[in-house]
Formats: sequence, structure tokens, C-alpha cells
Amino acid sequence: MARRITLNTAIELSGILDCQKSAMHPVIEVSGVRKTYGKTVAVEEASFEVNEGEIFGLIGPNGAGKTTTMECIEGIRKPDRGTITVLGLNPFHQVYKLQDRIGVQLQQAQLQKRIKVWEAVDLWASLYGKKAIDGRRLLEQLSLTDKRGAWFMNLSGGQKQRLFIALALINDPELVFLDELTTGLDPQARHAIWDLVRGIRERGKTVFLTTHLMEEAERLCDRVAIMEHGRIIDIDTPESLVRRHCPERTVVLDANDPAAGNHFQTIPGVESVTWENTRFTIRGRGDDLVTEVIHCLSENRIRVTDFRTVLPNLEDVFLKLTGRSIRE
Amino acid sequence: MLRGLWKLTWIEMKVFMREPLGALGTIGVPVLIFVVLGRFANFRSGKPSPAVMGLSGADLPVLVALLISVSAVLSLVTIISIYREGGILKRLRATPLRPQTILSAHVIVKLLLTAATLGLMFVAGKRYFPPGAHVPWLSFTIALLISTWSVLAIGFLIASIVPTARFAQPIGAVILYPMIAFSGLFVHISDLPPALRAVTHVLPLTYAVRLLEGIWNGDGWFAHWGDIAALTVLFLLFTSISAKVFRWE
Repeated sequence: MARRITLNTAIELSGILDCQKSAMHPVIEVSGVRKTYGKTVAVEEASFEVNEGEIFGLIGPNGAGKTTTMECIEGIRKPDRGTITVLGLNPFHQVYKLQDRIGVQLQQAQLQKRIKVWEAVDLWASLYGKKAIDGRRLLEQLSLTDKRGAWFMNLSGGQKQRLFIALALINDPELVFLDELTTGLDPQARHAIWDLVRGIRERGKTVFLTTHLMEEAERLCDRVAIMEHGRIIDIDTPESLVRRHCPERTVVLDANDPAAGNHFQTIPGVESVTWENTRFTIRGRGDDLVTEVIHCLSENRIRVTDFRTVLPNLEDVFLKLTGRSIRE
Repeated sequence: MLRGLWKLTWIEMKVFMREPLGALGTIGVPVLIFVVLGRFANFRSGKPSPAVMGLSGADLPVLVALLISVSAVLSLVTIISIYREGGILKRLRATPLRPQTILSAHVIVKLLLTAATLGLMFVAGKRYFPPGAHVPWLSFTIALLISTWSVLAIGFLIASIVPTARFAQPIGAVILYPMIAFSGLFVHISDLPPALRAVTHVLPLTYAVRLLEGIWNGDGWFAHWGDIAALTVLFLLFTSISAKVFRWE
């Protein structure tokens, strides 16, 4: 009986999953896109899809082609080759229709030095076909109310960035593009902006962002595409990327027992054991490694004064896939 | 197509006026030149001082009108190149704003600025004109706006070729101010060497000078339809070239 229920539940579950799968339809489809500037190849070949309602991150070292890819999708640039469909539109040929439905924050953009914050919001609000959302409330959400009358040139970096986010959201877009949105911001501002981006997703919108902050991609993105030398080298959830590319697990522990090293060597999956004074570093693979280490400790009654695991993160994946040399 | 045009124009106007030096320079300098030269020219007595012997009758108002026009165009060149360098043009383009709307807003601001400066010149120069003399201020303003509109197309072309905002002002000045020298105001076009004479045919100021002098001296519009046509053709010519080479970023 119990088994039957489980089975039924499983079938139901898979049904729900199927439903979710069919509900996931791509709002951005990029296929075989290539873009060169003169002799420089900015994007060699990019193909991927972004689904409705997700936060999708494009990560890669400087000069990997992230911004160019994003600007092709926004309709600002025309790719040399390949096809792009955004919200069912051709972004280059139907750019005004598209601009009406998307919100854009560009990397390193500026406004007129002496434009006031409210003037910019008011101007942007007047540009879209449908009714814009309440600019005052938006500025309030972004903690810019005090700066409504300030000139753009007198805003701090964080305030400018928040204003650009306000401008990207003013038309209540279905799809928001954010290019390096927290670069140069302090941790407080960064966290506030992350919350805001999550809020965009909660309202059912899709977010496409580029970043070179791995922490940002890991905390914010549902799926991540890694770009290198103009190519997408992998796409998945941050967790799956870590599992696939960095299966290594490390356990660091303090044990005042020189013989313990021999025991650790015999643990299944262990690849190396090093120690310095009383500190052992055990490296290996597989999700069971930590369990096995604990098992070994208890079986051999090894007394431990400190124990921690070091798990790889997206940054490790990134460095592994794109190398450690410094880029332009 | 026009969505956002008035709002953008109004904002650009306010932004321009908020920069006191730029606004004062563009508006104040031509008026000041008019006032100073006007004193020497001494319109009222009809006996100009020897220093400005060459400038008489319509010459001074036409010269100042050209200065007004050129300084408006120069200001456009500078602003466009600053906007491009700062990514402002790019940011404006990543909205439903049409490129022509963005540029039109700047053209309108410059034309309004030209008209306002010319208005100031009329006010400042009132006492230099003989009492009761007929100054065709409305026609003259319209003539100057047509001329400026044509020169603005060259402004966009210059804005496309200047490498950075730093060079915009000097390069613009080097190209635009000599155009006044060869406009026929100082030296008759027929006295210029043949090569230069050919160049003057594609410079809008040549036609602008003829149009402005004629209108100042009381000519009707019909007498100058050829100049207006030439200004329009040059506008179209330079606009189509700058549409090809204009850089947004």
C-alpha cells in the first residue's frame, strides 16, 4: 500500500514537472549568433535560450563577448550571422516594438550631466506605449526620493546605478536586461539591488544579466551561461555547474594523532591527504566523501578539535573553465 | 515618431541653460560683439569709424547673425560629441525613442537658441539703428533660422568625425569660422581664387549671406528663392552624408 502511494505520488510529481516544463517557454532564443568588429571577433558563436520568469546570467571574463551578445539581443547591434528572437520579435528589425516591452540597463552609461533625477524618470515614462508605473513609488523603492531634484552629475555611483535600474523598470517591462549592474557598488547597495532583482522575478518577469562577480551569479541566477572567447562553453544551474566541473571535495580537520593520516588514506574516494602539524587536508571526489571521513573518524576513535568542509563554488568552476590568466 | 520629442526638447533646453558658462558664451558673445562693433560703426550718424570701414549697412547685422548661427552649431557639435563619449546617445537609443527624435530635439533647441540670441541682438542694437528705420526683424529671424538649419547638418557631420569630445570645440571652430570668411561678406566671391570659389558653392553660409543681406535690405522672399533652395539642397546633402557616417557611440 505504502509503496503504491509513493508510486502514485511519483507519477503525480512527474506530471507536475512535465506541466512546468511545458509552461517554460523561451522568451529569448539565440541561435548561431556571430558578431565581429572589423577584424576582432567579439562573438564567435552563441546559441542559448532564456525561459520566461527566470533570472539568467551570462558570465565570463572581460572581453568574452557578454555585452556584445546582450546588445545584439536588445536590438542595439546587428549580428553578422545567426538568428535571435526576443518575445517573438526580431530585435533588430522590430526594435521599437521590442524596446516598448523590455527594460535596459547599459554598462557604463551616462545621462545628461545636469538632468534631474525626476526629469529622467518623467522623460522615460513618456516614451513607452503603455502607461508607465508610478515613478515616485519606483524612486522610493530604490531609496532615491531624497535625490529627486538632484542633477545626475552629483549622484554617487550607487545612486546613478539605482537610477538606471529605475529607468529600466519604468515601463513595467516583461524582460529586463542588466549589464554589470553592481560593478563598483558597496556591499550594502549590492545586496539591496539583488533583492530588487529577485523582486522583478517574483512579479513574473524575466531577467537577463551579465556579471563578472561569481557571487552575484551564484546568489541571483537560476541558470548561468559561461562565455569565453566569444563562445558559450556551458549552461546550467549554478549547482549543476559546480557538480559537473568541480566534483572535488575537501575536508580540513585538526587531530592530534599522527597515525590518523594512514587511516584517511584508506577512505574511498580520497585522492590526497596532506598535513601540517595537527592540521589534515583531505581531498577527494564524490558527495559521499564527507560522510566517509566522519565514518572513518568514529570508527578509529580519532579525536578531532576542528572540522570543516571546503566546497567548490561557481568561482572555482569559472577559473577552471576560463583559466587564471588576467584578461584585458 | 514624435513621442517624447517635446519632453526631450524641453529637458535639453533646461540642461543647456543650467550650464551658465556655455549658455552665456553662446548667447552673450555674439550680442557683445554686435554692441561693441555697433558703437564703432555708428549706424545713427551714418559715419562709421575707420576701424570698421568695411562693415556698413547690412554687413554688421549679417555678420553677427552668422556668428550666432555658427556658435549655435558649434555648441551642437560639442554637445553631441560629449553625449556620444559619455554613452548618453547610446542610452537614449536603447528606448523606443527614434534616432531622428533625439537629433531633432537638439536641432529645435539650437534653433530656439538662435532666435532668442537674435532677439537679444535686436533689443541691444535698437539704439544703433536710425529712428524710424525699418528693421525686418521677423523675416530676418526666419532667414537666419533657415540658414542655421542648413548649417546644423554640417554640424552633425563634424560631430561624426571628431574623435573625442575634447577636440569637438577646436575642430568645429576651425571648420566653421573660416566659412564666415569665405561667405562673401568680407571678400566678394568673384575675387576668390577659382578653387576656393568652387568650395563656396557647397558652403551654406554663402547662400545665407546673400539671403540675410537681401532680407535686411528689404528684398522679398521671392527674390531669394534660389538661395533658399540652395540652403535646402545643402541641408539634404549634408544630412544624407551625416546619416551615413554619424556615430552613436
